[in-house]
Amino acid sequence: MDYEIETTMTLNGTQVTRRIAARTHLVDFLREEMGLTGSHAGCEHGVCGACTLRVNGDIVRGCLTLAVACNGKTIDTIEGVSDSGEAAEMQHAFHERNALQCGFCTPGMIMCAIDLVKNKPAAKREEIREYISGNYCRCTGYHAIVDAIEAVLISKQRLGGKS
Amino acid sequence: MKAPKFAYAKPATLPAALALLDQHGEEAKVLAGGQSLVATLNMRLSSPAILIDITGIAALSGISTANGKVRIGALTRHCDIERSAEIAKSVPLLAQAVGQIAHAAIRNAGTLGGSIAFADPAAEWPACMLAVDAEFIIAGKSGERRVQARDFFKGLYTTALQPKEILVAIEIPLLGAGYRSAFLELARRHGDYAIAGVAAIAKLDAGKFRDVRLAYLGVGATPILAKGAMAAIEGNAYSAEVVAAAQQALGRELDPIGDLYSAPPTKTHLARVLTGRALAAIAA
Ligand SMILES: Cc1cc2nc3c(=O)[nH]c(=O)nc-3n(C[C@H](O)[C@H](O)[C@H](O)COP(=O)(O)OP(=O)(O)OC[C@H]3O[C@@H](n4cnc5c(N)ncnc54)[C@H](O)[C@@H]3O)c2cc1C
Ligand code: FES
Ligand code: FES
Repeated sequence: MDYEIETTMTLNGTQVTRRIAARTHLVDFLREEMGLTGSHAGCEHGVCGACTLRVNGDIVRGCLTLAVACNGKTIDTIEGVSDSGEAAEMQHAFHERNALQCGFCTPGMIMCAIDLVKNKPAAKREEIREYISGNYCRCTGYHAIVDAIEAVLISKQRLGGKS
Repeated sequence: MKAPKFAYAKPATLPAALALLDQHGEEAKVLAGGQSLVATLNMRLSSPAILIDITGIAALSGISTANGKVRIGALTRHCDIERSAEIAKSVPLLAQAVGQIAHAAIRNAGTLGGSIAFADPAAEWPACMLAVDAEFIIAGKSGERRVQARDFFKGLYTTALQPKEILVAIEIPLLGAGYRSAFLELARRHGDYAIAGVAAIAKLDAGKFRDVRLAYLGVGATPILAKGAMAAIEGNAYSAEVVAAAQQALGRELDPIGDLYSAPPTKTHLARVLTGRALAAIAA
């Protein structure tokens, strides 16, 4: 029986191949094997959202994704969307609005927030709250996070309206 | 916590998956979206010797309509149902329910078949399956068999699925004109499992309810088709008396398990409130 499986994935645009223990979830693989410590392991049972990352373009729970199940898939983490600039506007809005304190939830929150901007560009505050309901923040009380996401949505809507 | 050690295989076809299941028996577990299974592994509530990842079997995904039925592959993800124009048109109850399952990140991985096989009594899909009168197609070594949703949910997290079987697809009979549906639930936070919920379907025929189906979640060890409440409504027009009769019948049919937040009488009360709202929505 195979307890370790050779796995190839496209990680933040670069192809990587490793032998990975079947029991390793994607966040542990990223943190311990690849040195990418942006995706956080909070609860490790799907509840807190600190591990949110993208597999084949969709946000998922990294802690509920086996690394070996990512063979042939494309993974984007907070490091990837930071380096590419994709998250820059959201990160700036979080900074401006003080939408983080300890920062533990922030990478997952940003991954979820940029997914919301892509999928629900017309979201109102209530829908923003609903969309981030799977991402816990124990510091901010969420208000500033909702403000930051709303600010990005509004600025994009304005730009969209002009062009 | 971290999952215990296990082996992993990802067969490309259904026969290969069934052969692996046959070989490893109860030591094996099928892995679909992993949104319940990996959580229980990480918490060490389950320790299979091998996981058989069925997500590489393309034939188990997809939505199609033929011969008066909608067929949904077991691996179809919650988000695929959410985005499907075909589902919104032909089985609107599922479209009404799906947004209440967990969160976007979980709906992007979790599957319809996984939710049915897991059979959480507070989950949305099992109750919906009773309301739409679905039929499940189950494959085993000796071939396929069909089980009605209404005979499938046996007890708390217990179903008619045998350890060496795989749920392949779900078939839902198309309803004709005049049918309406409503899906309502109460949860403490958006995306949490429901405290109580109802999946309701009825045909409105000259103002009268016909072919009424009321299926409840979160108020028993299994999803519950409330036949007494359904009978109280059948053939009647919407009125306060009819709603009250249905709500009264529910007291005999639901058997809620209390939890940290809600005692059984609270859950029954909430199910009654939701019943009133669902009937009002259908009659409106
Ligand atoms: C934080 C959180 C919140 C959630 N909230 C909700 C909610 O509000 N409502 C809700 O309904 N669900 C909720 N879920 C669960 C989610 O919907 C799961 O996706 C679902 O219960 C299981 O589907 P899966 O595809 O992920 O299955 P898996 O986790 O892969 O499998 C679950 C079980 O079913 C078996 N199985 C899976 N597919 C098959 C098959 N085709 N044939 C035979 N056996 C099979 C597996 O062996 C396993 O025992 C939540 C999950 C999390 C982590
Ligand atoms: S660590 Fe994945 S959801 Fe909490
Ligand atoms: S900033 Fe501390 S958890 Fe969100």
